[in-house]
Amino acid sequence: MMETLAQYFQFPMVRYALIVGVLIALSSSLLGVTLVLRRFSFIGDGLSHVAFGAMAIAGVLRLTEARMLFVMPVTVLSAVLLLRTGKNTKIKGDSAIAMISVGAMALGYLLMNLFPTTTNLSGDVCSTLFGSTSILTLTKAEVWLCIGLSAAVLIIFVLFYNKIFAVTFDEDFARAAGTPVEAFNLLIAVVVAVIIVLAMNLVGSLLISALIIFPAMSAMRVYKSFLSVTICAAAVSVACAVLGLLVSILADTPVGSTIVAADIAAFLIFSLIAKLKK
Amino acid sequence: MAYLACKNLTLGYEGRAVLSDISFEVNPGDYLCVVGENGSGKTTLMKTILGLHKPLSGSIAFGDGLKQTEIGYLPQQTAVQRDFPATVREIVLSGCQARAGRRPFYNKEEKLLVQQNLERMSLTGYASRCYRELSGGQQQRVLLARALCATRKMLVLDEPVSGLDPKVTAEMYALIRQLNREDGITIMMISHDVSVALREATHVLHAGENVFFGTREEYLQSPLARRFLIQEGGESA
Repeated sequence: MMETLAQYFQFPMVRYALIVGVLIALSSSLLGVTLVLRRFSFIGDGLSHVAFGAMAIAGVLRLTEARMLFVMPVTVLSAVLLLRTGKNTKIKGDSAIAMISVGAMALGYLLMNLFPTTTNLSGDVCSTLFGSTSILTLTKAEVWLCIGLSAAVLIIFVLFYNKIFAVTFDEDFARAAGTPVEAFNLLIAVVVAVIIVLAMNLVGSLLISALIIFPAMSAMRVYKSFLSVTICAAAVSVACAVLGLLVSILADTPVGSTIVAADIAAFLIFSLIAKLKK
Repeated sequence: MAYLACKNLTLGYEGRAVLSDISFEVNPGDYLCVVGENGSGKTTLMKTILGLHKPLSGSIAFGDGLKQTEIGYLPQQTAVQRDFPATVREIVLSGCQARAGRRPFYNKEEKLLVQQNLERMSLTGYASRCYRELSGGQQQRVLLARALCATRKMLVLDEPVSGLDPKVTAEMYALIRQLNREDGITIMMISHDVSVALREATHVLHAGENVFFGTREEYLQSPLARRFLIQEGGESA
């Protein structure tokens, strides 16, 4: 088995996939804790659907190389809009997100059908939704983009860690203390949008929420401080990504769903540990 | 000059007023109790003073060296908090966020302040304990310690004893009284219990259709308090 793996790792694209997988798993899990605790996990879900729609439009416009440059701003803009409508009392936050996400999905699929760019349409749709092989076809530029953006996410998270905690635990108190809560919410939404677009390469748009939610939920089962929950979520997420990638290479299973399966397994194990501890 | 002076304040949401034309002052050392029935706008008043809402009309002025962000706030607990994975120390430390300002990390001085306030609330042994595993009374003391990290001057407390049993309630009131009398911290507290206002406070603001503001003695003489007390007595009998 080790020999097979060693053989695979001689291909640069497998090494790229591993680097990108680890970085994406790390960044998505960091913000997962605050999103889950603030009952914002659905924002990740909504945005991933928007990213699908944007990807479809990018495909129709034949932006193969520059599709990130199109998908990223569209998703970030939607994140800002979703956060705004969350406060609009006329359209409640959850329905607004449902409308935007389902709408983006339907229009995306419609566009892909009206203006097919390949002969294998269902294959294209499937890989956008579930990830599949795209992670093994990453270009060097995409890997560097991913490294750069992940580093940015990490730095932002460390620098604003205390403020993120304060805003997550008690928004009103933070606001009363003069912390610019709206600006932080905006920052978090933008970072989540960036992570989602990155993660689309790894697991596809339907499974991104799993990367954000599962590690955080697993860590919260067992750990009791915000810091340890955050660190544990990151560790679990990275471990599951590596495990999922290796298994998918060896057993020839789809990358995204194998990683998510590993995340589910981790969640069950952590739940069991929590039960045994009681 | 007063810490806080509200003039002709009208509060509400989306143009609909819940509290109209109230004026009052809070001076250093005061213990103001805000009473009134549910839905009379007490919490809205607190949030407006803290800058979380904008008043529909009227003015709020801070003075005597008090800034709006220097008020310690004890909000009502939310469902999110009851199940929050954080240690007591992490939560109390977040009370220093106004002090830290743009600085990303807390400094030694702030950590020392946390230590002192944990001691003050008899929580020293609980610093590393998980918040969600504490009793209701302990959780309130944690939030009070956090509020004390945010202020040396004035605390704003929103129903600090809701959900606590009678014994813990009495302890909580004693603690607040001690902060007011011994440490000289100005208190503004929301309560739906008029008898508490009459027992603990120096000043009373009665919110509702008829607004009253004055000292406890004046309040005792007012028809508003009498009617409220007779009602309360009638209910408990």
